[in-house]
Amino acid sequence: MNDANNKWIGKRTIRPDGADKVTGQATFGADTTMPGMIWGKVLRSPHAHANIRSIDTSKAESLPGVKAVITSADVTNYSPEKSVILGIQDMRWMTRNVMAREKALFHGHPVAAVAATSQKIADQACKLIEVDYEVLPWVVEIDDAIKSDAPILHEFIEFEGKPSNIAGTLEHKKGDVQTGFEEADVIVERSFTTRPVHQGYIEPHACLVSVSADGRATIWSSSQGQFMVRAMTSMLTDIPQSSIRAIPAEIGGGFGGKTIVYLEPLATILSKKSGRPVKMVMSREEVMRASGPTSGSKSTVKMGIKKDGSIVAAQGTYYLQAGALPGSPIRGAVGCAFAPYDIPNVHALGYDVVSNRSKVAAYRAPGAPIGAFAVECVIDEISEAIGMDPLEVRLKNAAKEGTQAAHGPVYPRIGYYETVEAALSHPHREIPLGKFQGRGVASGFWFNAGGESSSQVNITEDGNVVVTTGHPDIGGSRASIANITAELLGIDYKRVSVLIGDTATIGYSNLTGGSRVLFASGMAVTDSTEKVIVSLKERAAKIWDIDPEAVDWEDGYARPAGANAGMFDPLSLEELAERATETGGPIGAGSQLNTAGAEGGFATHMCDVEVDIDLGIVRIIRYTSFQDVGRAVHPSYVEGQLQGGAAQGIGWALNEEYIYDSEGRVDNPGFLDYRMPVCSDLPMLDTVMIEVPNPKHPQGVRGVGEVPLVPPLAAIRNAIYDALGIRFYGLPMSPPVVLEALEQGEAAE
Amino acid sequence: MPTVSMTVNGESVSSEVEPRTLLVQYLRENLGLTGTHVGCDTSQCGACVVHVNGKSAKSCTMLAVQAEGSEVSTIEGLADGDTLHPMQEAFRENHGLQCGFCTPGMVMSAIDLVQTNSDPSEHDVREWLEGNLCRCTGYHNIVKSILAGAKAMQG
Ligand code: FES
Ligand code: FES
Repeated sequence: MNDANNKWIGKRTIRPDGADKVTGQATFGADTTMPGMIWGKVLRSPHAHANIRSIDTSKAESLPGVKAVITSADVTNYSPEKSVILGIQDMRWMTRNVMAREKALFHGHPVAAVAATSQKIADQACKLIEVDYEVLPWVVEIDDAIKSDAPILHEFIEFEGKPSNIAGTLEHKKGDVQTGFEEADVIVERSFTTRPVHQGYIEPHACLVSVSADGRATIWSSSQGQFMVRAMTSMLTDIPQSSIRAIPAEIGGGFGGKTIVYLEPLATILSKKSGRPVKMVMSREEVMRASGPTSGSKSTVKMGIKKDGSIVAAQGTYYLQAGALPGSPIRGAVGCAFAPYDIPNVHALGYDVVSNRSKVAAYRAPGAPIGAFAVECVIDEISEAIGMDPLEVRLKNAAKEGTQAAHGPVYPRIGYYETVEAALSHPHREIPLGKFQGRGVASGFWFNAGGESSSQVNITEDGNVVVTTGHPDIGGSRASIANITAELLGIDYKRVSVLIGDTATIGYSNLTGGSRVLFASGMAVTDSTEKVIVSLKERAAKIWDIDPEAVDWEDGYARPAGANAGMFDPLSLEELAERATETGGPIGAGSQLNTAGAEGGFATHMCDVEVDIDLGIVRIIRYTSFQDVGRAVHPSYVEGQLQGGAAQGIGWALNEEYIYDSEGRVDNPGFLDYRMPVCSDLPMLDTVMIEVPNPKHPQGVRGVGEVPLVPPLAAIRNAIYDALGIRFYGLPMSPPVVLEALEQGEAAE
Repeated sequence: MPTVSMTVNGESVSSEVEPRTLLVQYLRENLGLTGTHVGCDTSQCGACVVHVNGKSAKSCTMLAVQAEGSEVSTIEGLADGDTLHPMQEAFRENHGLQCGFCTPGMVMSAIDLVQTNSDPSEHDVREWLEGNLCRCTGYHNIVKSILAGAKAMQG
């Protein structure tokens, strides 16, 4: 598709849901009600680790107004011995996450749930449930969890032949690092820590479920995938998928955190038991205590470089917190860490470590920011050691088309090199810095993802267009789909409505996650629209009584392909729609694809900080993201991904962290003490979109949502070094930490 | 149960409520005005901002009974028929939202800012919005939207 001629792709069109969102009409997870609806509430463990000897629900059940009480006995069980894979999740862990089974594994772990006629009665009922706990020793930090005498969470998990909190490993190898390091002129090895941080979506988890007398469930909920909600709920309730209709609400942010269920299966079981529709809404405190943050980590990275700037060997070892049940994103950490570079010898190893914390969930490029943080910090140090600009070092070692990545693939055409080039020549780099100001850079990679998507494109009787896809729109994907459809059909984008179907009205579509939505649904919608255009041409051919091959589709009209085809007045989409009945019936086409070819995304970030040395506060004064975005189908929402990711990275680097008290409880389960960036913390966030079209996508789309969270952690850390001459090896670089480092620095002088 | 009466988006309403009902619960659950959102339990996020007697207020920090006799307006009351309020239009046109969950609170706060300061600078906007969290946008387009909306409101 020729760029210059594009009418809608690349345009900043008004999003289809814009008016609903600015007027309060949009229906989010907590906004639906039903006649007869009652309220569900979860009772949560007050202990970080405890055997559940017994649960007595009789007092709660006899409280007037209580309609149902459930425990793990009501949730489908899967033996811990055998994996039951659903997508990237394992249902033997999921059943234990939505409701504690043998043990309560973290403070806030659900142990029972009630449904009652008011929220107040539901609260009271929870207090009447008697749980007999045997409190066990607990562990929340990685170092403690991997000690030989650590309390073991799961006896059935073994590592090196013994019960262990190490639940899995992942290793990537390329070349031979030993030989590589021998060639190096400079070798730097450093250890790092990062703290767990929450996705921080502003909308808490919420759902409404109604199970009818014949056992059919309708679920309204806010999630990153209505089909995931259906499948997981089915597997946890034994209701067949055909009897569950999952309707996606508008979603108030997810960033990966809404790719699994917490409430939906419980509300379904409560509704089935009570015969009433059940609504459940988490408080912020419940979100913080019991939904998944991303992992905290510890890592060691060693890199060897020659004086000419070539990196010859790289080794990384990562330990990631999984939370209480296995499944930390080691793949992202280990696979993405070295992915921007063409390094001949690489060895990356990751460990999945369980501890008494809530189970981690995906967070934007899961694991990759952790992987990149250590690597990008070490690159800053090896660059300094050989006296070369860190961007020049990145340029010299940049992975390109044909590079064999340590995690397996040989790259096709990618745009990493271009992001570094763009950073090198950007005016940001020339702006002079003042006292206690510094500039840092870092890069990052994310795999991106394809997979299943369905779409339906229907032409209405009045000649307009309704497109249905199966992915919750989390950041403006409907606007991009409208642009693509309007472009292909050659009509005004305002004539295209884009809707998100529910599980009963559109074919299976995988999660909104992994930066896959526009890649995959763009392909499915292109396929459907192209089928519609074929049908439109056939209809015009029928009317003109010529060969369909002799019809062109252009700017919303069927036209004879040339003089030989005959002399006919063009037929518009409206005219063809009007004559649909006589030309073959309704006009529309569906497409159900398993998409492939979602090539990786790369970014380089440049950040300027200013440190208040009296208060230890690091302020971001300038920030520019350079990213290969493939093709910006809707530039505003691509920029939005870059800006939002940078802001989350700034929070992760400077302030956000889970703090645990001496009882193994989260001590800061709210926005008061878990401090996410506010508006006055940030400058305008500049973005440079580099378009190296993905050759495997009809519009050249690459996923753009994940990569922006990968570089910021190290870019900020490197900038602080430039400002203060102090290198930090742990996050967050919060005011007390910075002050302490400044004081130690003074003491050393 | 006490009875509470107030004017909401220009209409007078009166209902019996549990004494501890928050204004946000009253708006959402009794009146079905679900455009006012709840994002936290500690008055930090600003998703619940409405106007009480013309000034922005976090509706999760006050009881419904405290709004007795007040004029309350919510995001649903801003548009004039199918003409959006200039601040709503500014958010829509400047892509001042991704998920849109924070948007109603942002719009309500921003209008109050412009009532107090008709020509706010970027700095003024950022300081004013300290009580409104957005996790999606990095605030970039929100700030742009509010600056544009402020101009349009003077327009
Ligand atoms: S709900 Fe968060 S401030 Fe009111
Ligand atoms: S747009 Fe999602 S929280 Fe602001």
